[in-house]
Amino acid sequence: MVAQRQSLLGLFASADAAAEALDQLEAKAGVTPDEFDVLTSSPYPEGAFGEKPVAHRLYIFPIAGALCGFSVGLLLTIGTQMAYPLITHGKPVIAIPAMLIVIYEGTMLGAILFTILGILFESRLPAFGVGLYDPRISEGYVGVVVSTTSDKVSTVERIMRDAGAADVIAGPPRGS
Amino acid sequence: MQERPVLSDRQINRELLDFVLHTPIWFWGVLLLLGLVFGAGFIAVVYLISTGLGVWGENWPVMWAFEITNFVFWVGISHAGVMISASLRLTQAEWRRPVTRAAEVLTVFALATAALHPAVHAGRFWRVIYWVFPYDFFRGIWPNVRSPLIWDPSAIFTYLTGSSLFIYSVLIPDLAVARDRSTGWRRKFYGILALGWRGNPRQWRLQTLAGILLSGLILPVFVSVHSIVSFDFAMALVPGWHSTVFAPYFVIGAVWSGVAAVATLMAILRFLFKLHNYIRPDHFDALGRLLLVVGNAWFYFFILDFIFGLFAREETEVAIWQARIFEWPFNVLFIIFLLTAYILPVPLLMMRSVRRSVTMMFLTSMLINIGMWLERYILIVPALQYKQAFQFSWSTYQPQLPEWGLVIGSFGLVALGVLLFAKIFPIIPIYEQKESQVFAAEIKVGKATVPGVIRE
Repeated sequence: MVAQRQSLLGLFASADAAAEALDQLEAKAGVTPDEFDVLTSSPYPEGAFGEKPVAHRLYIFPIAGALCGFSVGLLLTIGTQMAYPLITHGKPVIAIPAMLIVIYEGTMLGAILFTILGILFESRLPAFGVGLYDPRISEGYVGVVVSTTSDKVSTVERIMRDAGAADVIAGPPRGS
Repeated sequence: MQERPVLSDRQINRELLDFVLHTPIWFWGVLLLLGLVFGAGFIAVVYLISTGLGVWGENWPVMWAFEITNFVFWVGISHAGVMISASLRLTQAEWRRPVTRAAEVLTVFALATAALHPAVHAGRFWRVIYWVFPYDFFRGIWPNVRSPLIWDPSAIFTYLTGSSLFIYSVLIPDLAVARDRSTGWRRKFYGILALGWRGNPRQWRLQTLAGILLSGLILPVFVSVHSIVSFDFAMALVPGWHSTVFAPYFVIGAVWSGVAAVATLMAILRFLFKLHNYIRPDHFDALGRLLLVVGNAWFYFFILDFIFGLFAREETEVAIWQARIFEWPFNVLFIIFLLTAYILPVPLLMMRSVRRSVTMMFLTSMLINIGMWLERYILIVPALQYKQAFQFSWSTYQPQLPEWGLVIGSFGLVALGVLLFAKIFPIIPIYEQKESQVFAAEIKVGKATVPGVIRE
């Protein structure tokens, strides 16, 4: 029989206490970095809680956006000049110098829009509901969410309380 | 940065969300006052639309005057925000923390206000649609899609969209705090806008990268926008405008007036919202030092423009500079402009006591912007007013009451926008303040204890 999974949220008054609790959870309950998440109200240096480095592909988004924006800018400028083929001073209808600025702005707009989309996508936002969470996190508490099997719940809770958790809240597993 | 009060997360939440979650009585008074100021501009525009462009003092050849001056002024102000925010984020300057959002918000409202001006200048703004879908095409009136005037909307649209999204993306963590600290409809409202933010390491990492990446993307746009605004003039064949120095001259002028506007705004925010713990004299000191650099750079370009105008000894150029400096009423305006844009503020900013005085920084920054508004006016109107060869119809320009109304109303609109934003969203980034507490530590250097900042 497969053990059911459950999540626990421990609230710690300081980052040091949360980091200590995570060390204890790894040593005594075998909790791996894949099984925990840390919730804070401000950014901490990467690796402060022993979490895995964040893997992302954000840098692809601005490049893809810039290419799309460049294409749209190119089509827009060529298209409008072809639609209104007004010859001025005997110069070619499709005038490249006059197109450059609109193409440039289109490229940058595409890059910015795709970057925003990339940030949301890579941050896994928007999320429907906040999941296992506590508003006290925004008051400075550090939340440690551990997703574990139901047979380890009591051990995880005990380790969190021993490490100084101000409160431990049980909830459904991550992703549900 | 020697001053750093130690604040708990709870205190930061309480102080920075106080105005968002509670409405003091003075808010309604200020709202009414700004509403009246904006109303003056609104009435002026309604009168213009119902009566026609004749109610303005513009006449051939001065068809651009107060409105384009105001347009350039507000585009200039809008440059402060992103320039300060983006460059300080990229350089990880610690003093950016209380400044960035107010500067970014000023960018968005100043730019949106500026963007209204060309539409208002059209007289019947619904005719703007004909520029996009020219119905007169079959009658032989063709739009010139290669005109430099097409570049402006594309640049402003990119800058406005980029700046607005920039603000929103870095606002998400603070919206989550507002969600956690509010009840009822506010909780739902902030909950929707926060998009389910939890604050895990992945989200914070992406948030930090967002600030850097978007700063890198938006800085070139910021430079391009005011360069393109300068092309509105420099690409024309009007003597006095047709100058190769205009693009950098406009950009640096925009930064000069924009950073000054941020200093003004910071002083007002500190006074209104009692943000003494967050906006401190050392922040004004830093802004003052930045202003000193930018002010001198701007003056260098002003001198370049002046020398380029006179060096070729071209008759019309010399005549326009003569009109700017010696002829009534531009001579008086020119003296006021020089005094307020450079001669008074720069020596004042050299004094540490002035830079660290909120009142003095407020007054100095106001002086700069009076000067920079006049700079644009003096740049535009005398050049148009100069009677050129084979020009048989010309007049002098006298601004009329509806034009004054539009200018005053635009100030009301920007101030109203910033006030309403500050009422709905935290105007100082909450998570940035908390981060500064996390990354700060007291360090002993000999017998002195100084705050040190850990940097990733």
